[in-house]
Amino acid sequence: MVSPGSGAGALRARAETGVCVGAGQCARVAPALFDQHDDGTVRLLRADVPAEARDDLLLAVDLCPSGALGAEEPA
Amino acid sequence: MTSSPSAEPRSADGRPASFPIGRSCPFAPPDAYAAMREEAPLTKVAIPGGKEAWLVTRHADVRTALASPAASSDARHPAFPALGDGEQAVAADLRPFIRMDPPDHTRVRRMLVGEFTVKRVRAMRPAIEEICAEQVDHLLSRPAPADLVGDYANRVSTTVICRLLGVPTADLEFFRRVTTITGGRSSTAEQVGAALADLFALLDRLIDDKAADPQDDLISRLVTGPLARGEITRSSLLSQIGITLNAGHETSRNMIPLAALTLLRHPDQLDLLRADPGLWPAAVDELLRLLSVADVIPLRVATEDIELDGATIPAGDGFIALLAAADHDPRAFADPGELDITRSERHHVAFGYGVHQCVGQNLGRLELEVALRTLFDRVPTLRPAVPVEELPLRSASAIFGLEEVPVRW
Ligand code: HEM
Ligand code: SF4
Repeated sequence: MVSPGSGAGALRARAETGVCVGAGQCARVAPALFDQHDDGTVRLLRADVPAEARDDLLLAVDLCPSGALGAEEPA
Repeated sequence: MTSSPSAEPRSADGRPASFPIGRSCPFAPPDAYAAMREEAPLTKVAIPGGKEAWLVTRHADVRTALASPAASSDARHPAFPALGDGEQAVAADLRPFIRMDPPDHTRVRRMLVGEFTVKRVRAMRPAIEEICAEQVDHLLSRPAPADLVGDYANRVSTTVICRLLGVPTADLEFFRRVTTITGGRSSTAEQVGAALADLFALLDRLIDDKAADPQDDLISRLVTGPLARGEITRSSLLSQIGITLNAGHETSRNMIPLAALTLLRHPDQLDLLRADPGLWPAAVDELLRLLSVADVIPLRVATEDIELDGATIPAGDGFIALLAAADHDPRAFADPGELDITRSERHHVAFGYGVHQCVGQNLGRLELEVALRTLFDRVPTLRPAVPVEELPLRSASAIFGLEEVPVRW
């Protein structure tokens, strides 16, 4: 897990539709990275998150109420 | 200062202090919240019906507690910390999904979330703009002082939710009358019971109407989808429509006037918005945080011990995740009592947290933004007609709000 303010580089994003409760926080705060399927569950638009979108990803991970999202340092 | 893991402020008779605690200022949580939050992570309180429950008041703890799989919303549990007369019995009987646990909760919620996606809600903007413009016309057609609640907010809120669900315009006045009774301070239990029965009779009739002649609306999609496929019973469907209608109506009805008054008390912030309308979405979230009107909605029972930062909610005990306390926690928000529409912290819990986090939040945000913007654009001289101290609080309602707000322009 990556915490906010802990670096500056690119990240890998993870989204689990099975855990998602469709609150749409991710698609609201990081629309370049996440969308929602018609049934409301999360759709990951890009797993490789460039450095300039790092903060957007970390904000979405923090706001997601269900723990469906994750961010990791790329291997 | 040393802090014990839990506090039990005692009243004179030796029982824990009683809860709910009313607000003295409509624009701030009750004063007692701050003291409880500083004293200990958990506070034991006496709630109506002779029961006790824990209050969770710190932001991080509220998120931890509400995200825990051991936090049950099932009102059938004897320790469920219901705060209203009959609230527990009604919820245990009707089983709205706000008071269900996974996997039942997940099944129902999945039937609804598609209606509230960011994309779907964005498409509703023109309709909501039209509704708000019409209702400002109505407000301005009234002799001053007019009531910002009855002549604007309630009309916006009922029209939006009825449009979403597919309640025909012909039934709107009936719907407004019924919800005035069910949410009203002066209604008796019998009046509320009768009004609810009327409302469910209307929804029951709508289910038949939509089955025969489906339209582009939420009820039609549920009737022709999950109901037709046998994935939900008719009585459960009625409960789920009922809770969506109720949760979506009362919140906006109460938030719009409170938010408008808050902005009027902070002309500097209103000036920022007038100069840069792009700030509206952030302003709406800041108003949601500051006012946290759904403060006491997240009622839970711990089915196993829930570990917080320095305290444990014991298995079997009821607890309340106090949203306004969390949203005013200085650990999470700098100067939490200040309205600052440019603040960087965005993790408020006005919509709750965990699997029950408000399913209608994106609609709620949009509705608030358009309702406030339309109001301030069209009525630049808007001002309260009575001193704030004289505004009647809507004390019997689970969602905090004002009974009426006389305004001039
Ligand atoms: C605008 C202000 C609103 C606020 C402050 C608000 C607040 C909340 C909160 C705190 C919860 C969580 C309850 C819990 O955890 O026990 C919730 C759930 C819910 N809200 Fe809202 N809400 C708002 C608007 C709406 C709207 C516009 C709708 C629908 C049209 C709506 C429908 C619901 C429903 C159906 C639930 C239950 C979700 C579940 O249990 O999975 N709300 N709301
Ligand atoms: S924020 Fe989390 S729960 Fe909400 S839609 Fe995105 S992944 Fe799902």
